[in-house]
Order: sequence, then structure tokens, then C-alpha cells
Amino acid sequence: MEYFETLLGPAWPVVWTLAKIVAIVLPLMIGVAYLTLAERKVIGYMQVRLGPNRVSFFGLRWLRGWGQPIADGLKLLTKEIIIPTGANKFLFILAPILSIMPALAAWAVVPFDPNLVLANVDAGLLYVLAITSMGVYGVIIAGWASNSKYAFLGSLRSAAQIVSYEIAMGFALVGVLMMAHSLNLVEIVKQQQGSYGALSWNWVPLFPMFLVYLISGVAETNRAPFDVAEGESEIVAGFHVEYSGMAFAVFFLAEYANMILVSTLCATMFLGGWLSPIPGLPDGFPWLLAKVAFVLFLFLWFRATFPRYRYDQIMRLGWKVFIPVTLVWLLVIGGWMQTPYWLWASGAH
Amino acid sequence: MNAIREFFRTFLLFELVKGMALTGRHMFARKITIQFPDEKTPQSPRFRGLHALRRYPNGEERCIACKLCEAVCPALAITIESDQRTDGTRRTTRYEIDLTKCIFCGFCEESCPVDSIVETRIFEYHGERRGDLVYTKEMLLAIGDRYEDQIAQDRASDAAYR
Repeated sequence: MEYFETLLGPAWPVVWTLAKIVAIVLPLMIGVAYLTLAERKVIGYMQVRLGPNRVSFFGLRWLRGWGQPIADGLKLLTKEIIIPTGANKFLFILAPILSIMPALAAWAVVPFDPNLVLANVDAGLLYVLAITSMGVYGVIIAGWASNSKYAFLGSLRSAAQIVSYEIAMGFALVGVLMMAHSLNLVEIVKQQQGSYGALSWNWVPLFPMFLVYLISGVAETNRAPFDVAEGESEIVAGFHVEYSGMAFAVFFLAEYANMILVSTLCATMFLGGWLSPIPGLPDGFPWLLAKVAFVLFLFLWFRATFPRYRYDQIMRLGWKVFIPVTLVWLLVIGGWMQTPYWLWASGAH
Repeated sequence: MNAIREFFRTFLLFELVKGMALTGRHMFARKITIQFPDEKTPQSPRFRGLHALRRYPNGEERCIACKLCEAVCPALAITIESDQRTDGTRRTTRYEIDLTKCIFCGFCEESCPVDSIVETRIFEYHGERRGDLVYTKEMLLAIGDRYEDQIAQDRASDAAYR
């Protein structure tokens, strides 16, 4: 490493940072690819089907199905990107980029390990909130630039929905802040360390917030049952009707990268990040991976189970249920913290 | 009281958890997928697939160019031209079925007075360029010759119910 440092001179920090970015984005992209396969498999199994089981590598029987995401990716890469007549070409191409950018950028502050975090910034949570709210611009611009009424309706719905659920999500995170006294994601995980293992994590005292965050996360990523932005049966495919080929694939990547991001944040803030659920077992990255996989499985399970919400029901749930619930629970938690009966005080056990 | 109970049931996500338990159970259920090229579903003898023109056992084609099938075809998929053959019988000179128009209703088979046009069990066929799916008299007769055993057997097994 010192050798490269001297070789590259002043360019070294840039190269090193790029290497670290690649080290995060590459596994993430592979994760996205196999999340699509997992989704099709899990939903298939829940619908008493088998799901994709044909494409394999080198004709190996035990890898059947594992080549599917690669084949899908190659297919989309070779397809034509059609730009509709009357579309704003610049914005049309910009939209998918704008939608994947926040999904990747937010990973900068996600801690994989006490020491394994690209940027250990103190305002990490604020950064994540700010970056993830940028995602809605991709959707709005896609809907506007497509010059199609379906795309436009989809983006309008999506914008209203994402903005509404961001509030509930923000309030749920206030609970996490009250627990950790810090915006730093590493600190937030460290605070959850306790002698009760899984029971000292934030999901126990903040259980309503955990649920609100999880469900808002589903709404935020435009996943079923909150997928009115796509709404195949009403507005064809919503904001990305007009997209094809790689431009569509980038939207697809962004949706799944966002799913993984929300799951990781959920695991970090409520499920103790890299901490081991059983006291005595060593902490580490595999625990985070397992928790993320669990939350992602919930996402797929929701999609396989629930029908799409009606639009007014989505708005009612966001504004009239989640926000009051989080506000009340904030008061309860705040009051409880002041009493001697508070069980999760950091350092008390 | 009931309203309060319903409120708590909804609020505590009782119904949602119930729904998820159902899909969760189904995840471990035996899968009913039939893996098509390797496994196939059983077919009825009444299956209406690709058409065929049959012959009598002596090799004479059955079709007498009555054009009933052409008349009854709701999709206008059948085109027939006929002429007198040298032995004085009326025969088709052209018998075409446009399979891109055909809706596989089976009316042609029902209308045929000599059981000439039939629908077989074949459903795995394709065309690669425009016009490939317009089946001519020769092609239909060839299918009939090739699958005569199966066709005759299916007709015989269904005869008791007609």
C-alpha cells in the first residue's frame, strides 16, 4: 500500500477513495441483482410456484436459476433506449441518474463494522435523511420529461406519497436520536450494545417507531403495497412507462438499491447493526448481513401478501395514523426516560 | 364494544399478520408448477390444436369441397377453391387455414360431413416469417397422414358422447 502511495503521489487519496467506493458499490450491485432473483423466487414460492429455475452457469444443475439476473441485465443492456417524441431529452436521461445517485451516495455513512465505514461523519443520520429525500426528484423529473400522462400521474402520486411518509420516517428517527444522543450512525449502533443481546436494541423500547419506520420505508421505496407510483393495473407503469433498455434498468437498480439501503438503515437503527443478538457471541459484519436479509425478506413477504392500497388510504395512513402514533410514542419515551424505571440507559448494564 | 375491538385488531396489525401467516405457510407448500418442456399436462381427446386433413384408409382424401367449414368459420380463417377432378368428383384445389386468424373454436370440425378437417392435439408449432402460419392443403394432409392413428383413436374414444 505504501508502494502505491509513493507511486501515485498526490493522486493517491483520490484513487484510494475511488477504490473504497468500488468496494461498496460492486457488492451492492451484485446484491441488487440477486435481490431481484430472491424476490421472484420468494414470491413464486409464496404463490405455490417455482420461480426462475432455468438459466444457470456452464449448465451446472445446482446453479439453475442463478444466471437469471445476469441474463436479465445483459438483455436490458443490449436494448434500445427509446426517447419519446416531445420528451425533454436532457431531463429524460438525467432522471434515472438522479434516482440512482442518492441510493448509492447514502452508503457513504452506513457502518458495516465499528471501524468499517467510508465516512464516519457526526451528522450521519441527517445526511442519510437529506440524501434519501433527493430520490423523489428522479421520479418527478422522469414523469415530467416523459411527456406522457401516465408517467406524469405516477410521478405526482409518488411525490406526494414520498413527502408524506418522510415526515413519519423523520419522527421515527427522532426516537432513535433520543436513545443515542447522537446523529452518528456508529454511535447509534454502539448505544444499542447491552447485556440483554437482542433485547437491548432499539426495536424494543421504540417498537411502534420500528414498525412505522419499516412501513414508511416500504412506502418510501414505492414498493407494494404502496406502489401506486407504478400501479401496473391503473397507470401502466407510472413514472417509468416511457423508459426502456438501460435507462429503465437504472430505475430498477435504484429501486432495489433503495430497498437494500432502507433495510440496512432499519437494521442499523433498530436492530443493532453489527451487534450479535445473543450475548457472548462475537459481533461483526455477518450479523448486519443477516439482519438486512431478514428485513429484505419482509419487504418481499409484504409484496406477496398485501394488495395495493387505495391512494386516499395511503395518505390517511401516513398523515392520520403514523404521525400521531410517532408523536405520542415520542412523548411516552421522553417521559419514561426521565423516570428511574428506564431500562435501556446506555452504560447502566 | 365491537368497534373498539375492531379498532385494536386493525391498529395492532392483527389482520396483516394473519395474512402474512397465510402466505408464509404457502411458501412451504408443495409447488404445483409443471416444468413445461420436461413435464406436460394431460390432454383431453377433445383437445383443439393444430388442424389436419384426413384421408380414407384407401388413401383417398376425405374432403369433398362442400365449403361448410369455410362458411361456419367465425374468424374467416379458411379459404377454399374447388374444381372437378378428372374422375368427375369435386375436390379442393386450394385449402388454406390462416392460423394467425384461427381461434380454435372447432366449428370446422363440427360442420364437416365427412370428418375430413379435424383439430389435433398438436400445439407446439411456430412460424418464423410472415406467411409461415398459413397452412396449405399439402401441409394439412401431411399432418393428417402423420397423426392419423392418434386422430382416429381420439375420435373413437369421444364417439360415445356425441
